[in-house]
Amino acid sequence: MNFLNGITLLLVYQLVGEVTVRLLEVPIPGPVLGMVMLFVTLLIRGQAPESVDQASSALLSHLSLLFVPAGVGMMVHFDRIAEEWVPITLALLLSTIITMVATALIMQLTSRWLVGARQGKEPDGD
Amino acid sequence: MTDPGLKDIWVYLSASPLLGLTMTLVAYGLAYRLYLRTRSNPLANPVVTSVVMLIGVLVLTGTPYNDYFEGGQFVHFLLGPATVALAVPLYQQFSRLRQLWLPVTISLVCGVTIAAGSSIGLAWLLGGSTEIQMSLAPKSATAPVAMGISEKIGGLPSLTAVLVVITGITGAVLGTKLFEWIRVTDDTARGIAMGVAAHGIGTARAFQVSPQMGAFSGLAMALSAFATALLVPWLVDLMQFLVSQSSSS
Repeated sequence: MNFLNGITLLLVYQLVGEVTVRLLEVPIPGPVLGMVMLFVTLLIRGQAPESVDQASSALLSHLSLLFVPAGVGMMVHFDRIAEEWVPITLALLLSTIITMVATALIMQLTSRWLVGARQGKEPDGD
Repeated sequence: MTDPGLKDIWVYLSASPLLGLTMTLVAYGLAYRLYLRTRSNPLANPVVTSVVMLIGVLVLTGTPYNDYFEGGQFVHFLLGPATVALAVPLYQQFSRLRQLWLPVTISLVCGVTIAAGSSIGLAWLLGGSTEIQMSLAPKSATAPVAMGISEKIGGLPSLTAVLVVITGITGAVLGTKLFEWIRVTDDTARGIAMGVAAHGIGTARAFQVSPQMGAFSGLAMALSAFATALLVPWLVDLMQFLVSQSSSS
């Protein structure tokens, strides 16, 4: 029952998110707004109810499974991908590498400068 | 399939969502077992193996994707509530997030801009069509978000879904090696980079490296879904404006 309550709550937030996005015509996907609203609710309540916690970890622990049907969709786009495979593969590969490297370096540097300086820096070793 | 009995069974199965759904779960189960058997080698990523297995079966049996998706949609649908569910790890990491809010915000805004800008720019330089550029732009955001954005900016949502999955796999496979090369050892920074560049598939990988890296990757994925939705349509307008300016002058 607990798990069911959790799932129900997640769906209610998604539904409210979808409806709000359509009513207000904001350019944000419904589930993202639902996530923000749930986050704000948790902040106000000061704790995550066990049911929501359970449902959320169940969904998130199998997150990669949820991408499988979309991935299989590749077969519909074989022609398109074959036609423009050079820009698609190179842009995707290089851009992912660039993003990952740049973000990691920016995060490492800024957290050292901004937080490290203020807090007298935690020991570095790990 | 000359036997009339077998044929009847096949007609029943191909018209019901049962087969597609079961196939998805069985393929993932096998892929996950293989992944554990290889001691979580990122090259044996369960998404890759299960997608390859499923496409193989569908092509061999001549089953159209739409028939498969009758069943697959039940799994696909859960991406929505899973996105909402990200609020929970986000909330649990809130005290850490509050401490690091400034570096996290800077990294996120830069990361999301670089992800979208570099994919549009590179695809354009390499001669990709506008449709391909727009389908690639939101590729680092999680699937439901990326598909929504792709539709808004003139890409193909279903192609974007595929590119999102390939991006996630690329990030999950290359991530840890890349971080070693550039000597980023901090799990917070590695998690943020993983979540920004490779969304849920990267996050699944990050959780295997360490719980802290996983939590920050999940956090970055949730926040960058939000940032991508806000920033990317605007960035696309800006880039198109710059291109039209430079070509008209």
